[in-house]
Amino acid sequence: MNDNEMKTVKKEFMWVDGRRVELNGERNVLEVVRQAGVDLPTFCYHSELSVYGACRMCVVEDERGQILASCQTPPKDGLKVKTSTPKLQKHRKMILELLLSSHCRDCTTCPKNGKCLLQELAIRFSITGIRFNGESFKRHDLPIDNSSFSIVRNPNKCILCGDCVRMCAEVQNVGAIDFKGRGSGMMVSTAFGDPIIATDCVHCGQCAAVCPTGAITVKCDCPAVWKDLYDGDKQVIAQVAPAVRVAFGEEFGLVSGENVMGKIVAGLRMLGFDRVYDTSLGADLTVMEESAEFLERLRSKENLPLFTSCCPAWICFMEKRYPELKDLVSSCKSPMQMLGAVIKEHAKRHDVGDSKTIINVAIMPCTAKKFEAVREEFYRDGIADIDHVITTQELVKMFREAGIVFADLEPEAPDMPFGIHSGAGVIFGVTGGVSEAVIRRVAEDKSMEAILDIAYTGIRGLEGAKEAEVTVGDEKLKIAVVNGLKNIDEIIKKILAGEVHYDFIEAMACPGGCVGGGGQPFGLKPVKKSRSDGLYRADKLSQIRQSEENPLLAGLYKGVLRGRAKELLHVHY
Amino acid sequence: MVEGKDRATLDHILTSCNGDKRALIAIMQKIQHEYRYLPRQALEYVAKKLGVSPAKIYSVATFYENFSLRPKGRYIVRVCDGTACHVRKSASILKTIREGLGLDKDKTTTDDMLFTVETVSCLGACGLSPVISINEQIFAEMTPEKALACLNKIREKEAGNYGKKREKIHL
Ligand code: SF4
Ligand code: SF4
Ligand code: FES
Ligand code: FES
Repeated sequence: MNDNEMKTVKKEFMWVDGRRVELNGERNVLEVVRQAGVDLPTFCYHSELSVYGACRMCVVEDERGQILASCQTPPKDGLKVKTSTPKLQKHRKMILELLLSSHCRDCTTCPKNGKCLLQELAIRFSITGIRFNGESFKRHDLPIDNSSFSIVRNPNKCILCGDCVRMCAEVQNVGAIDFKGRGSGMMVSTAFGDPIIATDCVHCGQCAAVCPTGAITVKCDCPAVWKDLYDGDKQVIAQVAPAVRVAFGEEFGLVSGENVMGKIVAGLRMLGFDRVYDTSLGADLTVMEESAEFLERLRSKENLPLFTSCCPAWICFMEKRYPELKDLVSSCKSPMQMLGAVIKEHAKRHDVGDSKTIINVAIMPCTAKKFEAVREEFYRDGIADIDHVITTQELVKMFREAGIVFADLEPEAPDMPFGIHSGAGVIFGVTGGVSEAVIRRVAEDKSMEAILDIAYTGIRGLEGAKEAEVTVGDEKLKIAVVNGLKNIDEIIKKILAGEVHYDFIEAMACPGGCVGGGGQPFGLKPVKKSRSDGLYRADKLSQIRQSEENPLLAGLYKGVLRGRAKELLHVHY
Repeated sequence: MVEGKDRATLDHILTSCNGDKRALIAIMQKIQHEYRYLPRQALEYVAKKLGVSPAKIYSVATFYENFSLRPKGRYIVRVCDGTACHVRKSASILKTIREGLGLDKDKTTTDDMLFTVETVSCLGACGLSPVISINEQIFAEMTPEKALACLNKIREKEAGNYGKKREKIHL
């Protein structure tokens, strides 16, 4: 047989509940079953992580009545499985009851209430009573780890699915948490049981994003925000990050990727925020500063490649793992911190707050921003530039608490003088966006065609690591766009080994960039894709595509930033 | 951070296993053999060298009963509580030893770092039950009194050797 004949590939099929399903390279029977429209329950399967096969919720029955864990079974031509039989039902209920027998059941006061998978499956399988007395295994007094600014770990609620462990090790290459002990004494722990803040944890929040229960949750800072909103002596200002606007609507039944910035602004005003600004303007400032820095480094041929600096989890990773790379990282503050500093300075000069204390609240897709905001580098004269950071999901909670009917909100525009942004600023929220924005700035050809061309150099898309080459003057610049700390780690290793060379590296810790941040509503790759499409659409709809054309910038550079750009926009870690 | 002699020791252990992270358990066994427990700094050092997260090493260290993260005494007394020994009243031996040394379930090492008392499930010498082992040496057909006598003998020897460094004892 030669190669040509080989091409007629025989189609392969499986039978799911008597229906024929064509196999299309699915990795396991679970994927085939889901393809066939049956939503098998799982605790320990996560399509973007390795297969663990511990929870046994995903069981199916084969022709001989054998029970298989579908997540661990490779699809096979001709395999016939059933997904719902008396045996399987009994089995799943049993697992749930066993899990619940040693799990606390105070759902109404759990931070994960309404979003917990254990709760959801208990409802789905109509668990009305628990036959086992798990009292002796019940964990209720393991200490809660509150040490982090970003996440809270409550091991009492852990069901040992291991999703967090694999996320932290496989996707982020951090490995801050792992299993400890064995048998009934097993739990997820940091090395030596240290508080998480004392480990290599980079605050990305990806563990909390995948945890099905309330065992790892994002630290909630809503109470502090409410308090300031109700305080008459405070002028409370919100800034909204790019990635928030394309995910927020999901929580209210809209499709992912729909840009609901206008509604968010309206809702924030209802909550009592005095001003609402757009972090994309901070991103425009970042583009200006970072491009200048990049061109300067290219001229002096020093400290290349330039690593971007907007992602605080990446900064944290660099500090802990590769402190020797410090000088390569851009000295630019992140857009949030730039805008935070500018807002406070502006307020001081113009006394917009009628002498009230200015409180900066940043609404972010990110849990690491909570940690960034409290870094000492971002305190000036003992006052933080950003007072509170809340995530997309926390803002959703505040909207709900306030009784805001999202569907009825009429879109409103953000406030001046920080309410206009360029398209370049808004695509910061997706991996590749920062690079694209910077290239637009440094490219000499600013025609619309040239801008469109940049989009096709290969920097768009959600792959973990991409490369692009652009010509500036007579130089060919090599750019790497990397997301997910594991991919970043790998590229750094190659650079240090001298195997590859780049001039500019965009590094984002979360898979997909900020659209997939730890503070966003949970979503897999297709959801992140829709969100990033949403941001690119927002870019297309902007009258201003390049940061330097943002009319607000000139005023800022002539005003608050005059002679103070270094102090307000740059940082030395 | 580990320095000097400890560093040399650990580097030696690492090279003897080709610095291969798949040999993690063997490396940890060697460290434990050297220090009689797994010192935290040593684990952190090899974690870095092997490119394994400290949390992973901690996970392995807490999974196996044989590994200890707490310093152990110079004499490790293992009282067998396997089935054969149990039915021949190993429990009373354990009780007597613990009381004699002022130890309990949680406090397993004497303050002078001389003895550590542990239980094991079967030392593989059921025909001689009940048995205890002291630093790998097996003592057959024990009674609470005989066991205490063994320990006292070690105490006396060690008192006589006070100040002198002796790695191995012969009973
Ligand atoms: S926040 Fe990120 S780095 Fe920290 S434990 Fe969770 S996944 Fe790991
Ligand atoms: S903390 Fe959450 S994700 Fe991690 S093992 Fe426990 S239940 Fe699973
Ligand atoms: S999802 Fe298959 S065993 Fe957990
Ligand atoms: S039970 Fe003690 S040696 Fe076997």
